[in-house]
Amino acid sequence: MSEKLIEIKNVTYTYESENESRPGYTVLKDVSVDINKGEFVAVMGHNGSGKSTLARLCNAIFEPTEGTVTVKGITADTEEKGDEIRRIVGMVFQNPDNQIVATVVEDDVAFGPENLGVEPSEIRRRVDDALKSVNMYDLREREPHKLSGGQKQRVAIAGVIAMQTECIILDEPTAMLDPMGRKEVIKTIQRLNKEMGITVLLITHFMEEAALADRIIVMDSGKIIDDGTPEEVFSKVDFLRAHKLDVPDSTELCHNLGIKEHVLTADECVRKIASLLGGEAV
Amino acid sequence: MIRDITFGQYYPGKSLLHRMDPRMKLVLTFALIVFMFVCKSFASLAVIVLLTVIAVALSGVPLKVIFKSIKPILIILIFTALLNIFYTHGTVQNGDALWISFLNGKIEIWDKGVYTAVFTMVRIVALVVISSLLTYTTTPTMLTDALERLLSPLKIFHIKVHTLAMMMTLALRFIPTLIEEIERIMNAQKARGADLETGGIVERAKALVPIFIPLMVSSFRRAYELALAMTCRCYTGGEGRTRMKQMKMKGRDLVCLFVCLAFAAGIIVLNYFAKHETFSIFGMLFFKQVI
Repeated sequence: MSEKLIEIKNVTYTYESENESRPGYTVLKDVSVDINKGEFVAVMGHNGSGKSTLARLCNAIFEPTEGTVTVKGITADTEEKGDEIRRIVGMVFQNPDNQIVATVVEDDVAFGPENLGVEPSEIRRRVDDALKSVNMYDLREREPHKLSGGQKQRVAIAGVIAMQTECIILDEPTAMLDPMGRKEVIKTIQRLNKEMGITVLLITHFMEEAALADRIIVMDSGKIIDDGTPEEVFSKVDFLRAHKLDVPDSTELCHNLGIKEHVLTADECVRKIASLLGGEAV
Repeated sequence: MIRDITFGQYYPGKSLLHRMDPRMKLVLTFALIVFMFVCKSFASLAVIVLLTVIAVALSGVPLKVIFKSIKPILIILIFTALLNIFYTHGTVQNGDALWISFLNGKIEIWDKGVYTAVFTMVRIVALVVISSLLTYTTTPTMLTDALERLLSPLKIFHIKVHTLAMMMTLALRFIPTLIEEIERIMNAQKARGADLETGGIVERAKALVPIFIPLMVSSFRRAYELALAMTCRCYTGGEGRTRMKQMKMKGRDLVCLFVCLAFAAGIIVLNYFAKHETFSIFGMLFFKQVI
């Protein structure tokens, strides 16, 4: 459990400004954090807190301005090493349309393994398995643009699974989806972590999604301001509010009702209130 | 409505033509088109027509769908036919070849004109049908794949065949996405009071500017994100890449090749042995005696 997969050490990241005379915009300031193997980590923060930048540093798309990012002992300082890291850490983006490259679902899932130079028969096997694990196998011959947002996002996830990466970073994968699609994708992500043992780094600003993780990292203006289990993080309701963040509705309700225990899900909330009222949840 | 767009005009099916190796299909289609222009006599053209009919029957694509592909060229067809009838003077045989003459010879129809008109029409129709059969029975992805593999020898001239094929695939992939985007932008501009439907050509063209600028901007953003996503999936170009779907020449491909070769031989032979006889008889029977 404590084996480190991604080590981020004193990383500062500055976006270079287009105007030479002006200084760049620093989004991450001296950030240090480790992601352990097999963890399900949620990164929370409001817009501009640097959470997406953190994600992009983890699979070497961005190079830190200062500090180091090490994935399984590989430090991304050359392009070749970046490629090596991307074989370990896959990424799913926010907009499902802009990450699907092929005109058929199964061809898109095959894109990653094809790039890795995997044997054709092995690609076929991996693609079928990946599509089955995201429940998209029946739609494998469909055209991506005819799928719903949630389905497209699951295809994108299957594309990373087929590469057999050890870690998947999801950069606000549900931000552009409707509630149904959101549910589908979150369920898939949970299954990746629990059943397939893939390390998951979920960037999100939905508190309900973050509450499902093993560990939450809270970011504000380029710094990590909190890091702990959902229970720990969401118990600090006033602290989160001060950083323009919310807590899940159930947690907020219980907090306002003066319930001292930490409640994360709607079910728990119902049970708590029912027991307070002296009855039992139906 | 726009969401229903399919790539190209693929007609799903499992016929012999659908299962053929796309490389063989591409080569044979190209060869057939060349042979259509090699045809000099009606007899050899008949061979091409026969082959086209056989191919259509084998493909399992309904005639209605085939006719849909001819429809857009109907006007061109009629236009070329008329031009040929009235402006080609001369004869393809000995003897009196002027069939009709109006207005003191200002309008004349010669047998060569009718001959060329009919010949060209048959040729164009066969050409369109054969080439649409290729796109009806092959998905665009398979076509670009086949092209990539067929053109791969060009690598020795440092032509980046893989990159070109990749660009084609991506373009195909993003056509529906961009159409949706245009629709969205148009609606957004209409909601702000943009008037796209009235006015003369100049005004309408001007009204399109606020649609194309956002489209360009968003396309660049899409391209950037797509490039990022492709990098994340370890895309580094064609080097060291494998393909999931392998193309293998099978027995049926060879059979088709030999059938086409046989027909090609027939065309060449008939070009020499049956020049204009059929047409002359046809002309004499139907026109000369009537006029």
